Amino acid sequence: MNALEFDRYSIRFGDFQVLREISLGVEEGSFVAILGPNGAGKSTLLKSVLGLTQGLPQEGRVQISGSVRVLGKDPGEVPPDWMGYVPQVKGFDRSFPALALEVVVSGLRRSWPLRIRPEERRRAEAMLEQVGALHLAGRRLGRLSGGELQRVYLARALIREPRLLLLDEPATGVDAVGEADLYRHLEAYQSAHSQGAARVTVLMITHDWEAAQHHASQVLLLNRRVVGYGRPEAVLCHECLAEAFGHVGHAHSLVMGR
Amino acid sequence: MLEALQFPFLQRALLAGLMVGGLASYLGVFVVQRRLSFLGDGLAHAAFAGVALGLFFHTEPLWVALPFAVAVALAITWVRERSNLGDDTAIGIFFAVSVALGVLFMSLRQGFAPDAVAYLFGSILAVTKADLLAVGAVALLVVLAAPLWKHWAYATFDRELALADRRPVSLHDYLLAGLVALMVVTAVKVVGIVLIAAFIVIPAAAARLLSRTFAAMTLLSVSFGVLSVIPGLMVAYQLDVPAGSAIVLVQAAVFALALWLRR
Repeated sequence: MNALEFDRYSIRFGDFQVLREISLGVEEGSFVAILGPNGAGKSTLLKSVLGLTQGLPQEGRVQISGSVRVLGKDPGEVPPDWMGYVPQVKGFDRSFPALALEVVVSGLRRSWPLRIRPEERRRAEAMLEQVGALHLAGRRLGRLSGGELQRVYLARALIREPRLLLLDEPATGVDAVGEADLYRHLEAYQSAHSQGAARVTVLMITHDWEAAQHHASQVLLLNRRVVGYGRPEAVLCHECLAEAFGHVGHAHSLVMGR
Repeated sequence: MLEALQFPFLQRALLAGLMVGGLASYLGVFVVQRRLSFLGDGLAHAAFAGVALGLFFHTEPLWVALPFAVAVALAITWVRERSNLGDDTAIGIFFAVSVALGVLFMSLRQGFAPDAVAYLFGSILAVTKADLLAVGAVALLVVLAAPLWKHWAYATFDRELALADRRPVSLHDYLLAGLVALMVVTAVKVVGIVLIAAFIVIPAAAARLLSRTFAAMTLLSVSFGVLSVIPGLMVAYQLDVPAGSAIVLVQAAVFALALWLRR
């Protein structure tokens, strides 16, 4: 079964066409890296999968046509526990008084914990340990670095054992070691929770072409429409990149200049 | 002070002060953390317009101010949701319109309105049984809404995550705004239009300085809000100064202490 099924999906905010006629199927168990220039509609695509397109800040009307199916359902109908979402850490309010452990437990409860029960604490700590962040459990969220925050958010997303993982630029503000760890944790989770027919699908927005090439099973090149979708070696070609980005810069030579 | 408590008007003042202090500082936690500190002022001025309209029609002002302020609270929430104007702008517009309407209704009413002054600065010592009942009713509603704490807190932490988890964030926003409006209107008689915003903002801000968790911030804020009332009223009684001002100055002292402790 396809984890995601887009059929001529378009979204427009007033006069601004964000996504145009997106048609593609993402097979269950894929690790998809979404690449594209700024303003290409990558986050909007992710939010469409999460069923958040009605909650986007916007002026004027939102017009949506076509359809998205997520794990065989309409996005709004998908049980929230099936999806784990790691938002961009830069959008987070650092003044909110919270401990890392509470953030992880919020992923389990889908609400904010007034008091953490022993069983929840045990599970949250185990999850933090899996992503190498147990030492952060009692730390205040506002005092964590980008890489530390990203681990806490990853633990938050994974604790509900989702079938679909959505990550929005998870490596932003993370050092090289942290980034390598991130992919290791994602791959470990994906293989540990993929048995038989039930396989975990990962959808990740990134600006890191090299990471996409090395870790993703599929690459989606997006620039308001699908420029290319398929295996990394097929999609990250000279013509496709030129088409998606309008020019081929230094980053491209990094990827192709092996 | 203790022997003074045998006077029913002081008993009512203390009870009303404690309830308003507790309610404002509880709801204030969400207001402050959502960066809506201006909301208290905006709604207090909506209450002013409502009171002015009530005085103009020679009816009980609170019965006009209540629906008026709730309507403004819902309208502010609606504009915030439907546009990407900043929260401060949405509130600022309604604030200005409310003051304009309030002044207009006041001027339409013939003659001087000494009772309007009581609403501007509050008159905690003149709190009636009916005023007390109104504050009590709002307190009951807020207690009934206590199970929403975890949802309000979650959406305050990250609205998008709460939406992705299919929580009715928008409905909860309207409920919160409606409760803040009800609280502000019933508190206006007690602490006055000018000072109610302080009751919402100062205890919560002081609590945030000292808290590691949102639960602790809530508890601390309510403690500050309730406990500031007692010394405030004592000072007001002993020195014969307005109680609302005295309580707010105690809150400000608590805030200053929190700021110093945090260093």
